[in-house]
Amino acid sequence: MIINHPLLGPRDAAEFVYKGDAALIHRPDGMAPDALESFIEYGYLRDNPAGEHRELWFHEQGDRSWLVVSRNTLTHEITSVELARDVARREGRSK
Amino acid sequence: MRYSGWKVIKEALTGHRGWGPAWRDATPQAQYDYVIIGGGGHGLATAYYLAKQFKQSRIAVVEKGWIGGGNVGRNTTIIRSNYLLDGNEPFYEFSLKLWEGLEQELNYNAMVSQRGILNLIHSDAQRDAFTRRGNAMILNGADAELLSTQQILDRYPFLNVNDARFPIKGGLAQHRGGTVRHDAVAWGYARGADQCGVDIIQNCEVTGFRIENGTVKGVETSRGFIGAKKVAACVAGSSSRLMEKAGMRLPIESHVLQAFVSEGLKPVLPGVITFGAGHFYCSQSDKGGLVFGGDIDGYNSYAQRGNLPVVEDVAEGGMAIFPMLGRARLLRMWGGIMDMSMDGSPIIDRTHVDGLYFNGGWCYGGFKATPASGYAYAHLLATDRPHETATAYRFDRFAKGRMIDEKGMGNQPNLH
Repeated sequence: MIINHPLLGPRDAAEFVYKGDAALIHRPDGMAPDALESFIEYGYLRDNPAGEHRELWFHEQGDRSWLVVSRNTLTHEITSVELARDVARREGRSK
Repeated sequence: MRYSGWKVIKEALTGHRGWGPAWRDATPQAQYDYVIIGGGGHGLATAYYLAKQFKQSRIAVVEKGWIGGGNVGRNTTIIRSNYLLDGNEPFYEFSLKLWEGLEQELNYNAMVSQRGILNLIHSDAQRDAFTRRGNAMILNGADAELLSTQQILDRYPFLNVNDARFPIKGGLAQHRGGTVRHDAVAWGYARGADQCGVDIIQNCEVTGFRIENGTVKGVETSRGFIGAKKVAACVAGSSSRLMEKAGMRLPIESHVLQAFVSEGLKPVLPGVITFGAGHFYCSQSDKGGLVFGGDIDGYNSYAQRGNLPVVEDVAEGGMAIFPMLGRARLLRMWGGIMDMSMDGSPIIDRTHVDGLYFNGGWCYGGFKATPASGYAYAHLLATDRPHETATAYRFDRFAKGRMIDEKGMGNQPNLH
């Protein structure tokens, strides 16, 4: 697989480390009343879809940026790649 | 029909006209006591033990494609019980004991071959870890022996013990481990289940569950509704896709694992060798092909095919330890989809829906577990209590901090 890095252009997926579902960007609030339940879900439960999947990849052998890659788990086709920082800010993290 | 040597001779002399189909191609009835979803090794074994051992009846196995067409037909056929943790080792040892009696039990030649499995050691720390694991195995009634480099060379003279990065400093052997003809496991259990009256329904895809007031009433399928008192999911690899129809999110990611087989060779490799440090393991099939593999690709996938970096990694691992492999040509390579769970161990448990049960999360180790998985799942279905060797395989172990994490990797499925 080739990941089209937003800063560095097309890179071999072997340069990256795979983390998992991009929903992991949204860590629950540890002080909320339902923190225990939400952390069990956050830590252990996954949608694991067959089809479109947004996921976190870390460019360990490159510029060490975190990316959000949209990839089809049935075909391995990559449809979009963004910096995880941009996605997190857009979705309301670390304003 | 009972198979025997006499039967083979008789049929050979009479033109092989007396062989019948090994199981009926059943059409679905309106109502069953048990519907098992998934006609793979685990599902068929569950049906067999449910009917034979637990004396239940009105059982159906529904399969999307043809039986044995999923992971039981795509694995590398290894059996072993070389685990460390209390939650696992008794279960896998129970499985190995069932393998040892399987062919007599089923009256079916599954080619169970206890040729032994060897895990290679490269450092003092690894020797300590493997010594501990071997002791845990012996405490649980399994066999284990720590071998020296010379003992390994006596049996496997072609191994490269002087690799610069991973010199071989010994190994942990389980002589009762080995290989089994994987397709025959599915066929043998299917035949055994069929003889006990189980309906095996192929080309019948489950499209949904009928759940009323928190109780399962049956399954919607591509061949119509099938009513059932108890529904047992058994579709490792696709567990998340199926259980999502019952409103469940699972502690599982689906990953692709690749495997490889070389052209057929004369006997060169007497047992199973695993080179964990280099992501490579290998055995030789009875047909002569070297069957080998390595790690999962490491990203979510349902594609049943992998990518080249892992092919390269496996080939490098093989060449490092087993240089003569380079003279063999690769015949086939393929991928299978694994239920990678959050702690690397499986789940056999009830669900939040009454009458709906779950078996999955087998990671890349489901084949060796087939008999015990079927037995323990049948026990749970018939008695509503977990089998004594499978009490730890609960859904709530993640919430309660009772993970069974053999490798100590935490909740990162692609590292198990």
